[in-house]
Amino acid sequence: MWKWLHPYANPETTYHLTGRLIPWFSYLTIALLTIGLIWALLFSPADYQQGDSFRIFYIHVPTATLSMGIYVGMAIAALCSIVWQLKLADASAAALAPIGAVFTFVSLVTGAAWGKPMWGTWWIWDARLTSQLILLFLFLGVIALHNAFEDKGLAGKAAGILTLVGVINIPIIKYSVEWWNTLHQGATVSKMGKPSMTIDMLWPFIFCYMGFIFLIVVITCIRFRSEILSRNSMRPWVKELVLAEGGK
Amino acid sequence: MAQLMAQPMVNNIQYLNSLSYRSAFMLVLKRDLTIAFRHKDDILNPILFFVIVITLFPLGIGPEINTLSRIAPGIIWVAALLSTLLSLDRLFKSDYNDGSLEQMLLSPHPIFVLVLAKITAHWLLTGLPLIFIAPLLAVLLHLNEHSYGALMLTLLLGTPILSLIGAIGVALTVGIKKGGVLLSLLILPLYIPVLIFATSAIDSASMNLPFTGQLAIIAALFFSTLTLAPFAVSSALKVSTN
Repeated sequence: MWKWLHPYANPETTYHLTGRLIPWFSYLTIALLTIGLIWALLFSPADYQQGDSFRIFYIHVPTATLSMGIYVGMAIAALCSIVWQLKLADASAAALAPIGAVFTFVSLVTGAAWGKPMWGTWWIWDARLTSQLILLFLFLGVIALHNAFEDKGLAGKAAGILTLVGVINIPIIKYSVEWWNTLHQGATVSKMGKPSMTIDMLWPFIFCYMGFIFLIVVITCIRFRSEILSRNSMRPWVKELVLAEGGK
Repeated sequence: MAQLMAQPMVNNIQYLNSLSYRSAFMLVLKRDLTIAFRHKDDILNPILFFVIVITLFPLGIGPEINTLSRIAPGIIWVAALLSTLLSLDRLFKSDYNDGSLEQMLLSPHPIFVLVLAKITAHWLLTGLPLIFIAPLLAVLLHLNEHSYGALMLTLLLGTPILSLIGAIGVALTVGIKKGGVLLSLLILPLYIPVLIFATSAIDSASMNLPFTGQLAIIAALFFSTLTLAPFAVSSALKVSTN
């Protein structure tokens, strides 16, 4: 596998590879999200208890679960960069951090919008909500650390260490928050049980979920490309590229 | 020891190279303590901050005894987090500025040992005083009488965790000009588990319930940070000193 992978340690090769992949992934994303969202928002049946407000589920759940996934992805990239000194792993971690923050934020906002009609309040200190909020803080910390350094290479290493510390802490935080909530037992709000989905709700959900996954892939590729360019701005191939594309 | 301190740092470091781990640890510890005792403000100010923050809460919330005793564990612990955060800057900043941190990284000893010594010194200077002063403030906040043991024990086990995790953040931000606000953004989310388990231990104690479970988890957090944090700190310092 290394033999197959090692050409892509070269920024130029990877830059062109992602450039070729972006259109395909974007077509896929557009198709999946269009089908998924239209199906989910217009044609899938309304929940028998929650009515139409249940439809926010199709956006809320993918963003919430994927935000955690993005953090794990970032941590894997950070580990690769620390262990194998892969510079591009740093760039991909830097590309992922703001996307993760936005996904976490979207999941919090949609959660609040869903909570208002269902629970009667925008926010409760529920374990899941709280740990999601803390995840947002962790993302923002990583982004802030990235921005604090002038040198991108140093920024990547420092943020990588922070990401790894964070990824060890995420399960601890998650379980401690759950424990805190069950102990304190504040305003008891009946927790949303997972609705056992019928098949005509499941399919649009799968489409939406895959759509969001590929949305992450596309945005990551775009941000990854610009990270590569800004990290290699003094290299001859970037200069040639700028000269070639500058004419357009 | 006093003579050693008077010598220039370079000789000091050469001397350090010929030492065993234990004496290297003790040397760095003593050096940090000596420096701190020459700037007593650095020790006193975080404690003063701790006292003042705790004084503000009854003023803001109102003097009802029931309310205060209900929120006392949380207030004391949050104030402890904040005062630790304030004092963290001292951990590596001056050593970074005068170059002795770089010398330590160049020494043949594992950075793990030296970093652990510096963190221990930091805890002795900031965490330990909090443990002594906290019961006094707990009296002011009308903390439930059953809770004092839990308060002391959680502080004893918990404040070292604050110093250890905090050291990671300081090591990451020591090279940055305005690292102060950034430091709090990086570190405070990581303090949450300690806060949760410590306050819930004190709450359980106030209801005369056993709190050994929470204490065991805090102890587990302490030992895992004790073993893992110095590694993160060392690699972060290598990044910061570049």
